[in-house]
Amino acid sequence: MSERKIRVLVAKPGLDGHDRGAKVVARALRDAGMEVIYTGLRQTPEMIVEAALQEDVDVIGLSILSGAHMALVPRILELMKAHGLEDVKVVLGGIVPDEDVPVLLQMGVSGVFGPGSDTQEIIAHIRKVVSLE
Amino acid sequence: MSEVTTLPPIVAAIRENRRALARLLTRIENNAAAAELAALYPYGGQAHLIGVTGAPGTGKSSLVNCMAKAYRAEGKTVSILAVDPTSPFSGGAVLGDRIRMRDLHGDQGVFIRSMATRGNLGGLARTTSDMIRALDAAGFDIVLIETVGAGQSEVEIASAAQTTIVVEAPGLGDDVQAIKAGILEIADILVVNKADNPGVESTLRALRAMLDLGHRSERIMHHGKLMNVPAAPILGEEAAWQTPIVQTIATDGTGVPELLAKIAEHRAYLRASGVQQLRERASLRAEIEERLRDLLLAHLLERVGVAHFQAVVERVLRREIDPNSAAGLLLAESSRDHKP
Ligand code: B12
Ligand SMILES: Nc1nc2c(ncn2[C@@H]2O[C@H](COP(=O)(O)OP(=O)(O)OP(=O)(O)O)[C@@H](O)[C@H]2O)c(=O)[nH]1
Ligand SMILES: [Mg+2]
Repeated sequence: MSERKIRVLVAKPGLDGHDRGAKVVARALRDAGMEVIYTGLRQTPEMIVEAALQEDVDVIGLSILSGAHMALVPRILELMKAHGLEDVKVVLGGIVPDEDVPVLLQMGVSGVFGPGSDTQEIIAHIRKVVSLE
Repeated sequence: MSEVTTLPPIVAAIRENRRALARLLTRIENNAAAAELAALYPYGGQAHLIGVTGAPGTGKSSLVNCMAKAYRAEGKTVSILAVDPTSPFSGGAVLGDRIRMRDLHGDQGVFIRSMATRGNLGGLARTTSDMIRALDAAGFDIVLIETVGAGQSEVEIASAAQTTIVVEAPGLGDDVQAIKAGILEIADILVVNKADNPGVESTLRALRAMLDLGHRSERIMHHGKLMNVPAAPILGEEAAWQTPIVQTIATDGTGVPELLAKIAEHRAYLRASGVQQLRERASLRAEIEERLRDLLLAHLLERVGVAHFQAVVERVLRREIDPNSAAGLLLAESSRDHKP
């Protein structure tokens, strides 16, 4: 009998090439016992939502350092809704100005983690928001 | 749609709804789908199950990407199951095969799923064969299975797939060293990928030499071991399959049409020769035996009680009896209706 594992998609939407943070987070989640599907750079919102559906992930982790989060995140949330993925949690990391954070949380993002975030905090957050039946 | 209405609900659901399929795959992976697996089993058997294995970094994912594209161009639907290793330290995994499969998005005829080995050592996870059955019953024409980057003992793919492709690449150090005998023996088709890299000729030469040493018999997996049986039982010795070598460049698709042609030939051979049934029977038998062992052990533990079992382990530890006698003792006790 294998136990249920938390599955997380870590994706970089848009043209942003900063992938260090995403890789650091992917490895940290692996080391916390999660299964991380890493899809690499330059993903469109459509690709991300499609991958989340096929992989049946519990969490979509987005890494955006380009400043395009206020365009990309709403689009992804909209597509998730269209595909019935409302129960999948979204966490965001990267460069996000403070004033955008409450707006993103209001939209349905479950947590925002900027530069210097402690990966242990990210892990604890994901464990908290994912309730495994 | 009268056909659909006669299908069991789970089969209808996974054929119509990708989310339902994705969710079923998760339940299978967590060993929580015995009833669904029983219901869908009769609806499988149509797909061509193609395994892709080989050393880490030889280009398996890139090749799977090209193959899927080529099958889609033929109008066939494709599902991909990509297996990556679980970290033995944390139990977690980074599943990265999708990075190379980005050409396939936005196509409803393709379904990609990544999975971790979860501690299994044969190159696949324990639940991979059940996941394949679900994809088969879901109606895909082709199921491509990418194993973990395999060295030599990861040969489970040979019983899970019908056609096994072993991918090699030049420049993996000493050629003969890189081409491990165990993995070579399960190859129905050998691919030398990265044919654009230097050293292709020497890799080809080494592979041809190793294939020439092989004899014309069919290999079937039995109890996790390869067994030889006479080649082509129906067609006879002269019609035996000769493992072809195909050169590819998975970054631009060169050689992929030739590879697909060999795969089609192999499928035709499997069917005409009777080898398909032979292999399938052997691997099903091994699977049933394995499941039976698990069930029997669980049944026995229930009969004698876990506490008593542990007490016997302690006796073996104190060297009062040996492990073999301990097993015999427990079996005798379980059949005597003994319950402490
Ligand atoms: C290193 C770096 C680069 C490297 C990137 C190398 C690589 N492969 O990643 C290089 C030199 C290539 C580069 C290029 C550019 N960069 Co640059 N770069 C940086 C720098 C200095 C550090 C980023 C980094 O790697 N940090 C280390 C990692 C570990 O931290 P992190 O990514 O923030 O991740 C943490 C959190 O954000 C969070 N997190 C991140 N991802 C995720 C995902 C999830 C799911 C979760 C939960 C959490 C999470 O957790 C992580 C751990 O704490 C930042 C400045 C800064 N201090 O952030 C600028 C910065 C990001 N770059 C910037 C710019 C403008 C560029 C360029 C456009 C410059 C140019 N004009 O050419 C190019 C664009 C390249 C491209 N194609 O996108 C700007 C972005 C401005 C903005 N968004 O408004 C920044 C902020 C610098 C600045 N102050 O102007 N850059
Ligand atoms: N030059 C060249 N590079 C290739 C070719 N095929 C794949 N690659 C590159 O080889 C690297 C590994 O390719 P993958 O497809 O990820 O290999 P893999 O066998 O799936 O790797 P693992 O799953 O990690 O074992 C990538 O950088 C590819 O771009 C090829 O035919 N020629
Ligand atoms: Mg791969």
